[in-house]
Amino acid sequence: MITPELIASHQLSQEEYDKIVALLGREPTYTELGIFSVMWSEHCSYKSSRLHLKKLPTRSKLVVQGPGENAGIIDIGGGYAIAFKIESHNHPSFIEPFQGAATGVGGILRDIFTMGARPIAVMDSLRFGPLDDPLTGPRNRRILEGVVSGIAHYGNCFGVPTVGGECIFEPSYSGNPLVNVFALGVFKKDEIFYARASGVGNPVIYVGAKTGRDGIHGASMASAEFSEESSQKRPNVQVGDPFMEKLLLEACLEAMQTGAIVGIQDMGAAGLTCSTCEMGSRGGVGIEIDLQLVPQRATGMTPYEIMLSESQERMLLVAEKGREGEVLAVYKKWGLDAVIIGEVTGDGMLRVRDHGTVVVEIPNRALADEAPLYDRPHSKPRRDAPMEAPQFRSRDLGGDLTALVASPDLCSKRWIWEQYDHVVRTNTIQIPGGDAAIVRVKETGTSVAMALDGNGRYAHLSPREAARLAVAECCRNLSVVGALPVAATNCLNFGNPERPEIMAQLVEAIEGMGEACRFFETPITGGNVSLYNETLGDPIFPTPVLGVVGLMPTGAPVPIHFQKPGQAVILLGGLGACDDTRFGGTEYAKVVLGSLWGLPPALDMDYEKRVQAAVRQMVAEGVAISAHDLSDGGLAVALAEAAFGPAEVGAQLEFSSDLRPEFLLFHEGPSRILLSTERPDEVRRIAAEHQVEALSAGETVAGRVAVRNRGESLIDLEVRPLRVGWAGALEASLRG
Amino acid sequence: MKFGVVVFPGSNCDHDAWYAVSRSLGQPAEFLWHDAASVGDCDAVILPGGFAYGDYLRCGAIAKFSPVMRAVKEFAASGGLVLGICNGFQILVESGLLPGALIRNRGLKFICRPVRLRTETTNSPFTSAASPGQILTFSIAHGEGCYFADERTLDQLEAEDRVVFRYLDNPNGSLGDIAGILSEGRNVMGLMPHPERACEPLMGSSDGLVVFQSMVAAFAACHT
Repeated sequence: MITPELIASHQLSQEEYDKIVALLGREPTYTELGIFSVMWSEHCSYKSSRLHLKKLPTRSKLVVQGPGENAGIIDIGGGYAIAFKIESHNHPSFIEPFQGAATGVGGILRDIFTMGARPIAVMDSLRFGPLDDPLTGPRNRRILEGVVSGIAHYGNCFGVPTVGGECIFEPSYSGNPLVNVFALGVFKKDEIFYARASGVGNPVIYVGAKTGRDGIHGASMASAEFSEESSQKRPNVQVGDPFMEKLLLEACLEAMQTGAIVGIQDMGAAGLTCSTCEMGSRGGVGIEIDLQLVPQRATGMTPYEIMLSESQERMLLVAEKGREGEVLAVYKKWGLDAVIIGEVTGDGMLRVRDHGTVVVEIPNRALADEAPLYDRPHSKPRRDAPMEAPQFRSRDLGGDLTALVASPDLCSKRWIWEQYDHVVRTNTIQIPGGDAAIVRVKETGTSVAMALDGNGRYAHLSPREAARLAVAECCRNLSVVGALPVAATNCLNFGNPERPEIMAQLVEAIEGMGEACRFFETPITGGNVSLYNETLGDPIFPTPVLGVVGLMPTGAPVPIHFQKPGQAVILLGGLGACDDTRFGGTEYAKVVLGSLWGLPPALDMDYEKRVQAAVRQMVAEGVAISAHDLSDGGLAVALAEAAFGPAEVGAQLEFSSDLRPEFLLFHEGPSRILLSTERPDEVRRIAAEHQVEALSAGETVAGRVAVRNRGESLIDLEVRPLRVGWAGALEASLRG
Repeated sequence: MKFGVVVFPGSNCDHDAWYAVSRSLGQPAEFLWHDAASVGDCDAVILPGGFAYGDYLRCGAIAKFSPVMRAVKEFAASGGLVLGICNGFQILVESGLLPGALIRNRGLKFICRPVRLRTETTNSPFTSAASPGQILTFSIAHGEGCYFADERTLDQLEAEDRVVFRYLDNPNGSLGDIAGILSEGRNVMGLMPHPERACEPLMGSSDGLVVFQSMVAAFAACHT
């Protein structure tokens, strides 16, 4: 008997329930209700965002597969392709940081290798509450340590290098950390597998871990806000087994080589339910399974529990009838369960039997494609920051820089990334700490560069401008290392979309991202939307995270660090512009002034694109000895970071600018790159060809960073103490 | 000279070792499955890094029971060259082919970083091509790489010149800064750092080649 309470406890509205009854022509069974509730959850159906996601560009000459599959695919030439995607595991990581983050890595890795690609890189975009907050600090530290160990545990054992990412701290993430994991894999272009069932009578095979009671309703949990009772949801978090996943990877790639696999999908959110109905729906066929055949870890599991379990490290595949033996033999070799649990049918139904009784009979399309679609009302984006700037005047610019480089957002994240094996598979050409990570593809002579970015402070001030800035920043990160940005994936982390001021943030961010991705020719080939990131009614800063991939010829990377004294330093793109309003989202405003106001930095996309083209050419022609893009913390922080190489080579810069000192040193205007070169004339020539400014700023010197404006010294610091503060800050704050 | 790279379920540096030997070194290499009864016609065996059988119990504790390890022991007993890297070192220790134990890093964290090693002996088939005291840079990537042994064993290792590599900046608390050791017969070496990750300039170091080149030279000296 389906009661209104039961419907509500499944987070379905009465209207949604009525639609289910209309689609079925009858009342659903209890199991069917559970199935609809997960498939129609925000997490699986994108019911609040789908309408707006259509505004994103998804195509280019290189796109082999856009959104709608397990991951997007890009042609990288030479007969090879890459698959990549970013996905969130925010809610589980708050409830159980270690397993939440670990299974986040596991889930995205399966998305990659289920398509036939071998994962060669992982990156993470992390957000936590402040570590030093007297009230929430201890919990935030525990969450950070748990998340980092979870990522390390899973990635290191699986054998994929974690090559970079970002880690930012804000009070709004205190009750709601963000764990966004990006993964990328490589394969031959003609050996791609899709999550489509076909061929009536073909066997449906279950492989991998046994099904247990873990993770039931994980997808629904990820579609609700947190309350004081959220810790009771710990059993909803799955437990990861990276060793099992490693076996699954090897076995799946080997099984694919038999040529007997027709379609394959991992069991992620909504487990067996999602994989069966989505594979059936995509192929326009039905799937019939018998639950008695499903390998089970616990006894006495009900159909409801089996269908909704989110036990990890499981895959569902359809094999060619008559050749199933070849597939099963491969899994046997790897010591994995592989069982035929049903077959493909011609009637388009998801039919589930238990002890001979049909317990589920739903048209696949109803679950996968008929999910509700909401045009949720949206008003003005929520913000509680003023437009007006406070009065401020620095008394010690050098002290400000010292504080900035040792601040949580800008300090070295080595403590984190040294816990990740970032070299396994011997492809990592640029390890963490650069502007972009680079992994080579051994088979082709091409390397893939990748960068993640998403600034919640900017997005709180203007979701639209922040999203555009994130695209520009990622593309600039790639260009600085010489890579041409070619495609993107996004992870949209927002609060409750049923609140118009939150929905407005989402809509504006998507529109801004779409505009910039179109402009920079980086189509979005897939991604993830994570909504309801709120605890006790407090939403996170809107956080649209973008991951962009670029291509470059394999070769030694251009470092961000100055290499030796006496080389010319050029500020490509010039000093940029700033005013009181545009300074309000900077790290300076956050760290030194403890304030947030105004608007994010202004972006001229056309100029940005020319700066990027110019720096790519400089790298390609070998005229840049070092190159580092200006971003959080502005010119002074970029200068310091460029000096933090092992040789501690700094620079002495001299400007003639009307900008006030705080703006000159710390404004975060985009489209700027700090270069060192032995061939300044060549740099200027290339800059002129692209009609961008190449400001001669000074030259590299041993052990100092100094900036003067019109003869007045603004900062003059020794590199060593600055670097020591930067290097040790994170570890110090973790000690509490 | 043909190298065999053992693949345990959960090995994840097997491809890297294969690539280093076959591409950077230019010697033939093949994979040996964990249930192989013999090492076939391989002239040297590499036990690669990774997490054999998940390493959920104790690193290498399950791997030592795999059929291929019986074959590797026989091969080693007959004087064959066996190189255990990282998890491979842990397996050699668990199997009793090398003395001591590898326990959790001091600090209890997994560490991945380049480390500098001093070559303590060139009197081995794994370091004969190095110069005495040569400083090599390899990456480490392990959570349980702290070398531990009783005093008598340590004294014996030192007395018999069986400490091959020592850390210059001990990253994990290993006793005596030990990064790699030899068997009594000097034909088995285990080390925590990864020479196979340091075989081309693009990876930041080519120092690892000296280990593999030494093995080739040692083999050639025995078979000419």
